[in-house]
Amino acid sequence: MADGIVLEKVELRLGTKEFRFDCVVSAGAVTAITGPSGSGKSTFLNLVAGFEAPDRGRILIAGEDVTEKHPSERPVSLVFQDNNLFAHLDLATNIGLGISPSLKLSGSDRAAISQALERVGLGGFEKRMPGTLSGGERQRAAFARALVRRKPVLLMDEPFAALDPGLRLSMASLLIDLHRETGNTVLIVTHDPDEVGRLADHAIFIDHGQISLQAPAEEFLARRDIPALAGFLSG
Amino acid sequence: MLTRAERRRGTGWGLLSLIGIALFVGMAVAALLSWDAGSTQNRLFTAYTWRILRFTLWQAALSTLLSVVFALPVALALARRPSFPGRIWIIRLMALPMGLPVLIGALGLIGIWGRQGVMNSLLLKLGLEQPVSIYGLSGILIAHVFFNLPLAARLLLAALERLPAEYWQLSSSLGMKPFSVFRFIEWPAARRVIPGITGLIFMLCATSFTLVLMLGGGPAATTLEVAIYQSLRFDFDPPRAIALSLLQIGITALILIAISPLPAPDDAVVTAGRATRRFDGRNLPARLWDALVILLATTFLILPLASIVGAGVQANLWGLVNSAAFLRAAWTSFTIAFSAGLLAVLTSLAMIAGREAIADMKRPGGTARAFSVSLGGMSSLVLLVPPVVLGTGWFLMLRPFGDVARYAPALVAIINMLMALPFVMRVLSPAVELHRKRTGRLAASLGLSGFSRLRKIDLPVLAKPLLTALSFAMALSLGDLGAVALFGSSELTTLPWLVYSRLSSYRTNDADGLAFILGIICLGLTMIGTAGQREEKHG
Repeated sequence: MADGIVLEKVELRLGTKEFRFDCVVSAGAVTAITGPSGSGKSTFLNLVAGFEAPDRGRILIAGEDVTEKHPSERPVSLVFQDNNLFAHLDLATNIGLGISPSLKLSGSDRAAISQALERVGLGGFEKRMPGTLSGGERQRAAFARALVRRKPVLLMDEPFAALDPGLRLSMASLLIDLHRETGNTVLIVTHDPDEVGRLADHAIFIDHGQISLQAPAEEFLARRDIPALAGFLSG
Repeated sequence: MLTRAERRRGTGWGLLSLIGIALFVGMAVAALLSWDAGSTQNRLFTAYTWRILRFTLWQAALSTLLSVVFALPVALALARRPSFPGRIWIIRLMALPMGLPVLIGALGLIGIWGRQGVMNSLLLKLGLEQPVSIYGLSGILIAHVFFNLPLAARLLLAALERLPAEYWQLSSSLGMKPFSVFRFIEWPAARRVIPGITGLIFMLCATSFTLVLMLGGGPAATTLEVAIYQSLRFDFDPPRAIALSLLQIGITALILIAISPLPAPDDAVVTAGRATRRFDGRNLPARLWDALVILLATTFLILPLASIVGAGVQANLWGLVNSAAFLRAAWTSFTIAFSAGLLAVLTSLAMIAGREAIADMKRPGGTARAFSVSLGGMSSLVLLVPPVVLGTGWFLMLRPFGDVARYAPALVAIINMLMALPFVMRVLSPAVELHRKRTGRLAASLGLSGFSRLRKIDLPVLAKPLLTALSFAMALSLGDLGAVALFGSSELTTLPWLVYSRLSSYRTNDADGLAFILGIICLGLTMIGTAGQREEKHG
């Protein structure tokens, strides 16, 4: 468990909303974070990524206390629902920024970029601009950037929500393949119960700023005793 | 969706406004062209006109460069600090110079940068031998930067704030250093809008009249517009005025053609107040730099404004307001401003109705399409033929028919109307379009048309944008010195003309007091305008 993500008695207040998280996310697994809108799913992710700082408590990633660390110093990669790519930069540059934020790239870095593009099914797309790609292709490019970053943790905030259902399936299988190859720890925020079943080993249900259930995915999907969760699973 | 009668009426109104404007502008230009063509031609490219032309473009280029170069760090600093106390007030302060009559801004600048001003006494204390001169090229540059830096900064800030929030999260997660953030995110966003901003500011500076009139020092620092005015008003040399006018039209045409493909800058986001979060620039040097930049820009903008207020309240305001000269000028100004504003609103509505009628046709022919396009272009005709040129043309045309002063108020009102037209169209056109989209089908299906639709459906919704447009146009006319400059006399005295003549006769105290009052009136009107606009956006 030492390699996982630990939120130790984390407390945070944003405006009138209070959040309390205390949990251990196991390493090398895919954990889905679900819950009603406004419940605190994204806040959970922002705490891990470093965009929010807790008022109290500690956050550990792979055994290291990152509570005070800037987002750039945390061993994580990010994939959002949208705007994952800088629209005015081509794919090679966008992915290259994942290796070196000042774009000082060696020959082997460039090869790694092309390989990553190849791996996500965008071989030869180095010079393409994000605007010329479909939504699914843009998310694939974001995966390619996560690949070249080689960070142990991948944080995803509803990465497939803007895609149509057929595309979600193929993206999910790509994500699972990549996860098996890299063995990284994946946190994925989703509001789709099917996605929990498809992707996740574990699932966390957040309601009113607190974790009301953390369980293996199968058990999670079978639970009917928590009204908010039952509502989420049926709707 | 329109009934046949409505379509016919719309086309008629549109045609009427089109012909009206074309006649007014065309006759002025025709008068210029027909006046003793031989002697004008010889005057077109003399050493004198070349010098003025060169200076016009040179000061405009320098002003534009300085405004944009200084605006960039200000916009970057404000974008990097999306929430600090007073930020919104600094952004509002940056909108102020645009609502302030140029004449009054110039007075404030003289108060600060003039020989007895704060700045020079400070510089002298610091050991500078030669004071900065507010007259001549340096003064013109300071004044143009004062008016255009905030404009550029607001437009740049809007471009930066339109960037998706994820960009800032990504850049900090990827560990980009400040230079990388600038290179990969901020600069690409700024670069997209800088051509448009540069074009706009260059156009404004190349046709700037009042500032150059007040701060330009003699023939060495005169722009085309001011030279036209001087040729007519002081030297009475119509051929020279005409030659210069034709040059001016040529130059503005060239600039307009050059900037027409550039995307029009838009400051839409600034007022929306969406709070983005930034994760960069958290160390002390970055904070100090941003604080310094924002403080300097704010000071530069606020000092002249404070000087206007400071000098204004020292004047005998009560006495001034009750003086016969003020009351007469105020009455003249309000009459002209109200006529100009009303005329601008009505003309805009006529043009919009015309375009609507064309848009409603199933298969508009070539003529109809050309008509629609020229309606759009005609509203901006005053950009091509500036007020002073229009005034010169009409001045020369009417002179044979007796005292020009008789027609002057009407001429000034019409010229002011034309100046306001682009702004009024920008307010009304989208408002009417949106309203039609919302209610057009319903009104048509209920058989509402004509006067009852106007009263029950249109007026209640459009009252606010109409008021906005009217108050904008009135503020513009009230503060304008350009159109009245040629015609101003003891018989025709508007408030700006009164301020200007008090200044020329060295009654600075009166001028300060009057400027203060005029500034308050114009800003008040502009605020009514923007308040209406903001509610419109939220509703």
